[in-house]
Amino acid sequence: MAKAEKIEHVGLARVLGPAHVWALGVGIVLVGEYMGWNFAVGKGGAYAALMACWFAGILYTCVAMIDSEVTSTVAAAGGQYTQAKHIVGPLMAFNVGLYLVFAYTMLEAANAITVGFLVDTVATMSGHQGGVDQRPFIILSIMFLAWLNYRGVLATLTFNLVITAIAFTAVVVLFLTTAGIFGAGPLRHADLLSGQAALPYGWLGVLASMHFGLWFYLGIEGTTQAAEEVRSPARALPFGTLAGVMTLAIAATLTWYVCAGLMPWEYLGQSGVPLFDAARLSGSYGLMVFLGIGTLFATLASANGCINDASRAWFAMGRDRYLPGWFGAVHPKYRTPYRSIIFLVPIALIFALGAPLDQVVTFSILSGLLEYTFMPLNIILFRRKWPLDTIKRGYEHPFHPLPAMVLLGLCGLAFFAVFLGYGTQLVAMIAFYIVVSLWFHFWRYRFVNRGAQFTMPWPKPRGY
Amino acid sequence: MDLWDYLELAAWAASALFGLFIVIDWIRTDSTYDEEFLTSSREGELEALTEEQHRG
Repeated sequence: MAKAEKIEHVGLARVLGPAHVWALGVGIVLVGEYMGWNFAVGKGGAYAALMACWFAGILYTCVAMIDSEVTSTVAAAGGQYTQAKHIVGPLMAFNVGLYLVFAYTMLEAANAITVGFLVDTVATMSGHQGGVDQRPFIILSIMFLAWLNYRGVLATLTFNLVITAIAFTAVVVLFLTTAGIFGAGPLRHADLLSGQAALPYGWLGVLASMHFGLWFYLGIEGTTQAAEEVRSPARALPFGTLAGVMTLAIAATLTWYVCAGLMPWEYLGQSGVPLFDAARLSGSYGLMVFLGIGTLFATLASANGCINDASRAWFAMGRDRYLPGWFGAVHPKYRTPYRSIIFLVPIALIFALGAPLDQVVTFSILSGLLEYTFMPLNIILFRRKWPLDTIKRGYEHPFHPLPAMVLLGLCGLAFFAVFLGYGTQLVAMIAFYIVVSLWFHFWRYRFVNRGAQFTMPWPKPRGY
Repeated sequence: MDLWDYLELAAWAASALFGLFIVIDWIRTDSTYDEEFLTSSREGELEALTEEQHRG
């Protein structure tokens, strides 16, 4: 207990820079370029997937701009949960906190399942008979990354920075090698995208493909979870987030261009690892190995960022007593929310070992979508309660309220697209959030640490 | 038994090791420090804390 007497408080370490913020956001998402996005091709053809990619790009640009403005003033762990707590109210904050934890934990489970699948694929390609037991590799990926997160945020996100940069470089190298810039290339867009293949299901296919078009960018908003651990939140968060969404727009377009030029839409729409398949079709063994490594690194970076983000959201809710205060503990040596990290490990393992990949991915997308729907409401209230001349922002997003309106409209479209394919899950998810909201309102709210909730040094909101 | 069978065993063993490290350190930390101290982090207090540690 001697140490406890010497230091009165222990908190998260403020050690991160803009590059770590970029690595957190892009690291979570880049796996979506390596796999998952191509199911949008299956829904409506390659052109539909490209339109979905750009519509989703607009949606996430709005998310990034809105998030950058709000989070540059609400510099605390919990990201959108903390924003909702300060700007909207406790019930919204509780729901947003749960959206975050579900979205990231499900995505972490999906990534671990993918690691198992990748190891099995490599084993089969190397001549191993009968396939491998994927479970130890799924468990190892989660345990290793949980250990890394437990030991400290700087090492965790530096690791993410390195492997994300390698995975992004692999996409660029694949494009440069196949696009025909340095001579004749193998891409055949004219053959593969003409006639019936252009838009096989018409405009309804374009709408349906929005569901998986989100996969190109899903998770970039996770940069805000680093708010309490960056050295300069007002500078690093907007810079890292906006640079991240630009990186992803480039990676998404390059990915579509290469894959749509190498594979017919009927195959591309079902491929498990489209970028890796594209590398195999290029005929270069070196490229195939590089993209194989890129796939594994993108998957690990995503799971790593998800553990970081889910634990920060859970920790912030525990600290405010929205959940038991026990979760609000910080490790005195490693300065991480260690109990939240530990608590979410078995949950991720249960979903990774016991649930089918498409269901896990859909629950992640739905939770993310609910979170994006909250953002327009959040920024409109924020600007109304605290106009630009009342609080100094690290970043002010342009054309308000146009991005909020566009975001709301695109979220409505995406909900309809999800409803077309996964209506039951959508209804089940909304029913779940209604039930937990009732539980929070009638029971849990009495334990909330109300006096310590509003911590930002802001003036009184206008009109109050 | 080929290379992949050994890798499976190694993955089980490494998972157990990482898990063990986390659990042992968790128990040690919880028994070494006061609960009040471990849960003393407060939103908005970070600036003050950083300042204090900087001065040593």
